[in-house]
Amino acid sequence: MAHVAEASAPEDAAAEPRVGALGRIMRALRLPRGDFFATTGLIIYAVFLITALLADVIRPHDPLEILFSDDGQLLANAPPSLTYPLGTTNLGRDIFSQLVVGTRAALIVGVTAAIVVAAIGTLIGLISGFFGGWIDNGLMRLADVALGIPFLPFTIVLSSFIGASTWTIVMAIALLLWPNTARVIRSQVLTVRERAFVEAARVSGSSPWRILFVHVAPNILPLTFLYGSIAIGWAILTEASISFLGFGPSDVVSWGYMLQDAYGSQALSRGSFNWFVPPGVCIVLVVVAGFFVSRGYEELLFPKLKD
Amino acid sequence: MSRSARVAGGSIRFEGKEIAGAPPSVMQEILWRRMAFVPQSAMNALDPVYRVGKQIEEVLVHRGNYRREDVPKRIAELFEMVGLNPKRQNDYPHQFSGGMRQRVGIALALALNPALMIADEPVTALDVIVQRQVLDTLKDLQRRLNLSVIIVTHDISVVAYVCDRVVVMYAGEVVESGKVKDVLEQPVHPYTMGLTNAFPDLGRAAGTLVPIAGSPPDLRDPPPGCRFAPRCPFAEPRCAQTSPPLVTDEKGHAAACLRANEAPMLREQARDPARWAA
Amino acid sequence: MGRLITVDDLKKHYPVSRSLKEMVNGERPAVRALDGVSFELEERESIGLLGESGCGKTTTGRLILKLEEPTSGSVTVDGQPIARLKGKALKEFRKQAQLVFQNPFDALNPRLTMEQSLSEPLINAGAPKAEFSDRIAAVMKQARLPRIKEVLPKYPHQLSGGQLQRIVLARALILGPRFIVADEPVSMLDVSVRADILNLMRDIQRESSLSAIYISHDLALVRYVAKRTLVMYLGRIVEDGPTEEIVLRPQHPYTKALIAAVPVPRVDQDRGPLPIKGNVPDARRPPSGCRFHDRCPIAIARCSVEDPALLPSAPGHRVACHLVAKA
Repeated sequence: MAHVAEASAPEDAAAEPRVGALGRIMRALRLPRGDFFATTGLIIYAVFLITALLADVIRPHDPLEILFSDDGQLLANAPPSLTYPLGTTNLGRDIFSQLVVGTRAALIVGVTAAIVVAAIGTLIGLISGFFGGWIDNGLMRLADVALGIPFLPFTIVLSSFIGASTWTIVMAIALLLWPNTARVIRSQVLTVRERAFVEAARVSGSSPWRILFVHVAPNILPLTFLYGSIAIGWAILTEASISFLGFGPSDVVSWGYMLQDAYGSQALSRGSFNWFVPPGVCIVLVVVAGFFVSRGYEELLFPKLKD
Repeated sequence: MSRSARVAGGSIRFEGKEIAGAPPSVMQEILWRRMAFVPQSAMNALDPVYRVGKQIEEVLVHRGNYRREDVPKRIAELFEMVGLNPKRQNDYPHQFSGGMRQRVGIALALALNPALMIADEPVTALDVIVQRQVLDTLKDLQRRLNLSVIIVTHDISVVAYVCDRVVVMYAGEVVESGKVKDVLEQPVHPYTMGLTNAFPDLGRAAGTLVPIAGSPPDLRDPPPGCRFAPRCPFAEPRCAQTSPPLVTDEKGHAAACLRANEAPMLREQARDPARWAA
Repeated sequence: MGRLITVDDLKKHYPVSRSLKEMVNGERPAVRALDGVSFELEERESIGLLGESGCGKTTTGRLILKLEEPTSGSVTVDGQPIARLKGKALKEFRKQAQLVFQNPFDALNPRLTMEQSLSEPLINAGAPKAEFSDRIAAVMKQARLPRIKEVLPKYPHQLSGGQLQRIVLARALILGPRFIVADEPVSMLDVSVRADILNLMRDIQRESSLSAIYISHDLALVRYVAKRTLVMYLGRIVEDGPTEEIVLRPQHPYTKALIAAVPVPRVDQDRGPLPIKGNVPDARRPPSGCRFHDRCPIAIARCSVEDPALLPSAPGHRVACHLVAKA
């Protein structure tokens, strides 16, 4: 073992000075580098992120604007053309613009939900695993309860109580998805807690909180990102499902809203593939990107899985 | 050999057959049946969810073509052989102590009567008394079963206690080989001298241990000439240029050192810790 | 020299889950890791705790460092029972009592650089930031770590085992402790590096006023660093005496077996059979009387009934055996 560790040293040392700003950001986030799938996932994320940020520049029309042709006719169900790259809906709205703007809703829900889920899950997992005893018991039973609540019905009920909005969906995801992260983080903490360097911190007089946040937490951080990236996919899927079922906010264009709109207007039976395929593909792409990235983290976390 | 590495060259002959680069089907014939392996972590190499006897049975039936009805007798025999109570074959691995699991590992390796057993650090993680007990078993088996044994170890005392011949390796190369007595008592290569001086000897007065300064070279970019030269207290300029050939004397004692003929003098000097200080 | 540590009748029992039979019989089984251990450590003294795994040597070390609480008995450091230490007093105690770990690859946080790892004790002790670099440089010199500038910004995976163990040692020394407990400090290292670390520890002890407790199963290693050795078996001390005395004239039959088993790096034809039988018994049910009697080659009837006390057999030498002449 000793020799393996030694042999890898010069490479790392040499790699150090050559990373630029991007590399440093990636390292700070512990983003996986050099893995094909992870890179693909990151590129997909980047494309959607840029689209979301520049949505107002990219979209040719207002997504909810009802378009008319020059002769005053409603532009319903127009096939794809140069002016309307993906055609229009049965109410004469530009599908491409909807798709572009929908990216924003998807990413807002996905990213905020993922951050909230990862943060709550990590914090609870850390505290639960590190302190153990009744704290652990209490938190884990709470996790069991949260896991026992059926996801979609809960979200729908919540939406009908406090009103349908993007934030309701984020909240529902945060309330129900944290236990998965918390449990995994907790089990990892149980392992890290037993490592000699944690004991060393105790012997050198570190307080429990310092041990938790300086010595234990950084060693489980990649796991947090792994579960965060999985949560992005889940959140976007949930948002789409809720909107598709018609419980989403009616004033926000999202991919789920588009699918619901298409479904309600018999776009499927009319064969308007240009309407319902693009949002579907986008959902699949973002979700898959999440899994690709998480796969990269997995290899970072458990390098032995490769063999 | 691990699947991630390959034999870059050279030849390995086993019972007259070339096995370097041999296809898996050929190796399948040889491994376990003629040549068995006891891994370093034999104590952890057992599957925790199966009874120990079951795991040996697996080997006997699938690799050794034993009939099921003959299996219990053979397992009992193997357990006796390695000094375990045959009744314990129905226990799970966690019910065994480290030394006993090592014995199970040896029993597993011997299941099909191999001609050669390769044991990787067979006693490294064990307590001294258990170490001695396991080594005694190994020695006894080697004699009784007419077994050839290769022990891979960093521990000179294991070599001294069990082996007839020793091959000292450094950074992927053989630096010295010969009868254990010759090599340990009259080492020719400075690395071997260093090893023997670094090892505490309870049977002698407590002198000062002589460490070897530095660490092994990076094998992706090994130093030119003699690979030990950068750490060798006796290195001369030529050592960094010429790879020393492995020269064998009439007693079969071989060493790869350009200053091999000065060995008696170097041995004296090697006992001085100041010589080895970095 | 004054008394530094007094260990008095220390016991540590770990409860284990009960079998059905034990529940029916109302038994409360426990692993008796430590079952009545008493000894003293003087200032500047170095002792070795010698024994096989499960003999309680590591538990003793952890109890002395207050990493665990004893089931009964007490540890007194500098006249103060450590059981009652809390808050500020405990922090003060942590500065004085340090641990050197067995596995240097695990003893350093993989996400911290060497500099950060060495700063940790200083931060915890509230040392002024301006002193950090000087104190780190000084302690690295003490641990004979060359090329300080090169090593400090590195992470554990970039260094060799020997270098890491020096850092671990440096971290233990940086607050100027009164004593260190070293648990198998070289067992994970290569033979050539082992000698180096042992020499280093011996020198550090000579140069400073440090006391040390070395925990090991190998007398050949203990001999290089400890002047006095306590031999432990199944949670008890069976022999206590000057290390050289124990090496040359062991009294207890278990010590004799341990010495017979210690590997020697020579082709030694006259090594007799091992004077010990079987395996270490289950610490949940230690044998009656002398705990060693069932493996002892010279046991008599009395041994299975009466528990031998640890009594002086010669000046500075104590043995727990009915068959050893008392002084």
